[in-house]
Amino acid sequence: MRFKSLLMLIVAAGLTAGAQANPYETTLKNGLRVIVKEDRRAPTAVQMVWYRIGSMDEVDGASGVAHVLEHMMFKGTPTVGPGEFNKRVAAAGGRDNAFTSRDYTAYFQQVPKESLPEMMALEADRMRHLNVDAKEFEQEIKVVMEERRMRTDDNPQAKLFEQMNAVAFQAHPYRRPIIGWMNDLENMTAADAKAWYDQWYVPNNAYVIVTGDVDHKEVFALAERYYGPLEGRALPPRRQQIEPRQEGTRRVSLKAPAELPVLIMGYKAPILRDIERDSDPYALEMLAAILDGHDAARFNKKLVREDKVALSANFSYDSTGRGPGMLYLSGTPAEGRTVADLEAALRGEIARVQRDGVSEPELKRAKAQLIASEVYNKDSMFGQTMEIGQIEAVGLPYQKLDRMLEKLQQVSTAQIQAVAKKYFDDDALTVGILEPQPLDGKPRRPAIATRH
Amino acid sequence: MKFLLTVALSVFLSQSALAGVKIEHWVAASGARVYFVESRVLPMLDVQVDFAAGSMFDPIGKSGLAALTRATLDNGAGKLDETAIAEQLADIGANLGGGADTDRASVALRTLSARDKREPALAILKTVLEAPLFDATVVEREKGRTIAGLKEAMTRPDSIAGKAFWAAMYPDHPYGRQATPESVATLTRDDLAAFHARYYSAANASITLVGDLSRSEAEKIADTLTSGLAKGEPTALPPPPGQGKWSLTQLAHPATQAHIYLGLPAIERGNPDFFALLVGNYTLGGGGFVSRLMKEVRDKRGYAYSVYSYFAPLRQAGPFQIGLQTKRSQAKDAINVARDVLAGFLKDGPSDEELAAAKANLTGSFPLRLDSNKKILDNVANIGFYGLPLDYLDHYQDKIRAVTAADIKAAFGRHVRMADLITVTVAAD
Repeated sequence: MRFKSLLMLIVAAGLTAGAQANPYETTLKNGLRVIVKEDRRAPTAVQMVWYRIGSMDEVDGASGVAHVLEHMMFKGTPTVGPGEFNKRVAAAGGRDNAFTSRDYTAYFQQVPKESLPEMMALEADRMRHLNVDAKEFEQEIKVVMEERRMRTDDNPQAKLFEQMNAVAFQAHPYRRPIIGWMNDLENMTAADAKAWYDQWYVPNNAYVIVTGDVDHKEVFALAERYYGPLEGRALPPRRQQIEPRQEGTRRVSLKAPAELPVLIMGYKAPILRDIERDSDPYALEMLAAILDGHDAARFNKKLVREDKVALSANFSYDSTGRGPGMLYLSGTPAEGRTVADLEAALRGEIARVQRDGVSEPELKRAKAQLIASEVYNKDSMFGQTMEIGQIEAVGLPYQKLDRMLEKLQQVSTAQIQAVAKKYFDDDALTVGILEPQPLDGKPRRPAIATRH
Repeated sequence: MKFLLTVALSVFLSQSALAGVKIEHWVAASGARVYFVESRVLPMLDVQVDFAAGSMFDPIGKSGLAALTRATLDNGAGKLDETAIAEQLADIGANLGGGADTDRASVALRTLSARDKREPALAILKTVLEAPLFDATVVEREKGRTIAGLKEAMTRPDSIAGKAFWAAMYPDHPYGRQATPESVATLTRDDLAAFHARYYSAANASITLVGDLSRSEAEKIADTLTSGLAKGEPTALPPPPGQGKWSLTQLAHPATQAHIYLGLPAIERGNPDFFALLVGNYTLGGGGFVSRLMKEVRDKRGYAYSVYSYFAPLRQAGPFQIGLQTKRSQAKDAINVARDVLAGFLKDGPSDEELAAAKANLTGSFPLRLDSNKKILDNVANIGFYGLPLDYLDHYQDKIRAVTAADIKAAFGRHVRMADLITVTVAAD
């Protein structure tokens, strides 16, 4: 579950009105922050509870425990039986689920607004009173292994991405997959999940976001009532784990049943830490929009449509995160073209920006898209809640989302050319290649003739 | 055909709606049917144009034609080449989307509603609908990409299973015929132009507008958008599919997990049994984490991460389907559990408690079905395209409340027969 880029993060926030108070925020005595975004367009509400704990906080041998605990969070407390949480949400006309990332774990319910108090009671209950039952664990760990088979083991592209990260990062915990290595899942016990819960699931390590047809004062009162009695506790110290500087290109290849090769080129990249002082992440975001922001953006126009060297060519940038950032160039070569051809073509496009820069119309176009998508993303209450949650999860204040948008609008073509020169360094590059294998182990039959 | 590297969040967001959506309906001067919902909450506009031009209309031997026609529709139109279309849309922050399924081809525009944005965006949409170029070079390139995508799909256990399942359910109906590398290789730009000329007509179109517009503005837009389309006539449907007969397809694959589908053709859109099946299926396998299939297959046995059942009503009888993935060595056991759950449900129907829970969720969640313009658009476009009653959403909750356990048993009895259940497995030991 990788991150959305910064661009995607902020467009849905809907916070450009600057001085207005909405969203509202309070902090309970136990350290729990409560953020309320009033949006009265429909009689519904979203509650999300975000814990500042993700797979990057795991240790070797116990990879995947953050995600396993997420599954166990639905398995009951002394007052709410196993499976009862889902039942109560469903009875209230709601939908619920949860997700785990490298940086955080989050839980949500979308409900008719009348059911919000019950949802808050349920989330408060499992924040401190989870029953990690060994029998339930025994079944659920199998479910997680099936999830791993589905998402990763039988998905060559996901597997390649997993292996890329395992090679690109050596010291930093981003090298471990969120879902965990299969062998770690096999060795995991209910006690591991319980220890994780006891250590990290406390109000002072969480924040609650409510969006919808609600009054923030009422939500604050409900939060005080349900979450207020929970006790905070000091968190264990978290050790900073800094990835040493990469000093040379790394290459990894994966053989898997597939038809098409895949190439991923990942470069170590800066991460947005200081909204005012940092400038490179903003420039890289706009570069991403110019290279891959619409159907006639450079990658698709040149590599797919004109030169026909690629079936697809993509650019993505992880600009926010608790850990280090990465830039990814990726794609699939067209029939008759090789991964080496595609790598050369992708490098060629970067070289073109380094040499000639980007044009003013291209930048203007990217900025116009940004402004429009900011409006479009207000169409979803869930999306608006996600934006606040994600930016907070990486340690940046949601109140500054509008400022980040301004900073993006201020990026110049000269800055874009400068970051293109600065960050595509071969010594900071990891290349991943999927080498397709026939399903039956026999040589491929000749491809259907197609002209290119 | 984007190859996403990201792993999707495990977020289940389904379709949508809200009591009090006022749908205005009229017929444009061209003959196209128009559905309009005024929504002034945000300064934006969604327009979706649906044509009865899905893959069910692919001529024999030319499977993939409907999809390729839709895919290349906006790769050049009128005086604009594909780059001009994409750049001009991006310059005003507009997005053009859509696609083709078995029944329909959709073209969807999202734009800011300010006149200086909306008008150029709508002008491009109009050109794309009425004057696609189908440039031969572009068509050949897109054919190549489509063929590569199909070949890739033929290596994926879920795609292999899905294709085999539809082929087994619909042996003598267009729903069962699917694009292959060979069929796509035969397509020419003239095939695409002819398909467009025949099916992208005003009589064959429904237009849905949701957003920051007045009725009179919507009327003008609908007239202008469709004035250049051929008048055409409503498309004739093929004979309906047969009932579906028992078959078992077992395909080998090296994957770690077996992909399993069970089901058969069931109901068409507008079938009077729809609400009984919807409410019943909630208990069987539709109700997310609280269904019987989820309890038995996932919670009790840990066999699968995902297990579900649903009815997918189409223009003609669409499938009832159960799906799951499990470690290949336990595929047989998992299938037996799923079959037992289904058989038990067919025999006894839901308990009183289950029926009440199903109704509580399906009626209670109604506001969540309509709480964004996008969700309203999806719902109203469905109503328009399939000719459902305009007050469909107004009576949705009442129809759910009226369903009885006896209705459910009877409706399942009519449409889901254990003896005829079609089974497809890929990578099962």
